[in-house]
Amino acid sequence: MAMATEATELMQTPLHDLHLELGARMVPFAGYTMPVQYQNGILAEHLLTRSKAGLFDVSHMGQLVLVGPDHETTAHALEALTPSSFVDLPRGRQRYTVLLNREGGVIDDLMVTRPETDAEDGRLYLVVNAARKEVDIAHLRENLYDAVRLEVIEDRALIAVQGPEAVSAVAAHAPEAANLAFMSACSTQFDGIDCQVGRAGYTGEDGVELSVPAGAAEPIARALLADERIDSVGLGARDSLRLEAGLCLYGHDLDETTSPVEASITFCLQKRRREEGGFPGADRIQRELKNGPGRVRIGVRLDGRVPARNGAEIAQPDGPVIGTVTSGGFCPVVGAPVAMGYVPAGFAKTGTGLELIVRNHRLPATVSDMPFVSNRYYRKSNP
Amino acid sequence: MTTYYSKDHEWISVDGGIATVGITSYAQEQLGDVVYVELPDAGTELAQGDEAGVVESVKAASEVYAPIDGEVVEANEVLSDEPGKVNEDPEGAAWFLKMKVGNESQLAELLDEAGYKAFVGSL
Repeated sequence: MAMATEATELMQTPLHDLHLELGARMVPFAGYTMPVQYQNGILAEHLLTRSKAGLFDVSHMGQLVLVGPDHETTAHALEALTPSSFVDLPRGRQRYTVLLNREGGVIDDLMVTRPETDAEDGRLYLVVNAARKEVDIAHLRENLYDAVRLEVIEDRALIAVQGPEAVSAVAAHAPEAANLAFMSACSTQFDGIDCQVGRAGYTGEDGVELSVPAGAAEPIARALLADERIDSVGLGARDSLRLEAGLCLYGHDLDETTSPVEASITFCLQKRRREEGGFPGADRIQRELKNGPGRVRIGVRLDGRVPARNGAEIAQPDGPVIGTVTSGGFCPVVGAPVAMGYVPAGFAKTGTGLELIVRNHRLPATVSDMPFVSNRYYRKSNP
Repeated sequence: MTTYYSKDHEWISVDGGIATVGITSYAQEQLGDVVYVELPDAGTELAQGDEAGVVESVKAASEVYAPIDGEVVEANEVLSDEPGKVNEDPEGAAWFLKMKVGNESQLAELLDEAGYKAFVGSL
């Protein structure tokens, strides 16, 4: 058995002591020591999130805020760096986007929230990947308009609660959570503690993410874990959940060479931006939108039990290698291995037969629609 | 029958010139939920340190190494259909393979139970 060990100076989140108390197995991740799983293990944690609710410490992610004189100025500043529309983002709404380099490659993917109150007009909150935090901060500082300032929020934790029971459990402490539409957010109180709640997540389930003062993170987490519907879930299940939900992981399915069109995340390109351009790499992205991209992200289901992971080659049946797996693993709800990867557009049609090469074995696989498991985001009729 | 342990977290139980090899309870705990086990065919000649198989957990793939030289005489086919047995009974029913002891002197280099416990305790 090969086992890696590593010893470096790692940062801790405000929930570190609680993770240890709960018996978490801690691993290094993006400069932090993070819980990969708790005592029940990844499979059980994954299934709990799909059936009830999981609590995830995602405090390692970067919480940033753009501060400008008014919404329009701040929104334009962010539009200059992304292909999404923010000028028309209503108050209290969230939008998924990507920071683009000049070649139209993805520097990072992130969630943007426009606060709902007058007092906060001109601010946009960003949540960015832990591993890209420093790159993003440098990129934003260098490229934002002078009128818009970047602040890095260092004194808040981020707790995700995800699953069909998540919102009702959170609403017992923060009633306003129950009134939020999918991809909307508000400032509220959790048992009297100021916090921001957004109805979104990274699992394909209904749920929320709570941005809370670092010092209140542990009591809030304990209050939630006291609810019998909720248990703690580590990064291992977070990864299998997002894979099953067909969601990209930066550094695997997205990188600086990959455009949002190739990654099949064109839902982050709103109509006005597609037409007008005016974002980094617009030439390439508009060309790919018009003519189709050369390669495209696909989902595949494998026939057998062998997982194909990041780096496995994708081949035509009995034919040449045509692409690479970027994420893969065993999906507990599907009950079989699935993967995502990039292939030339001609091989991306659902039902196309392919082979994934794992340890010199060619494993039969079929291009599949994503998500692999239907998502259950909360939908109510928009006002 | 004598049971030895390797620093690669395998157990080796030797009886009449045949070594039964599996992964330890500690290894199974570290791996987490096992979803697939790949084993060598009977007849495969392995040298000490060769890759003898792979255990895939939900998290990652980990190689299983041959703890000694020898020819594989049997792989535990049950694990193909029920890989989760590795989590349930790693040092019993979920043995991985049986091999001929090709070089008895290599057994002396392995740990005994007390030595392995001390090794795990030091990790």
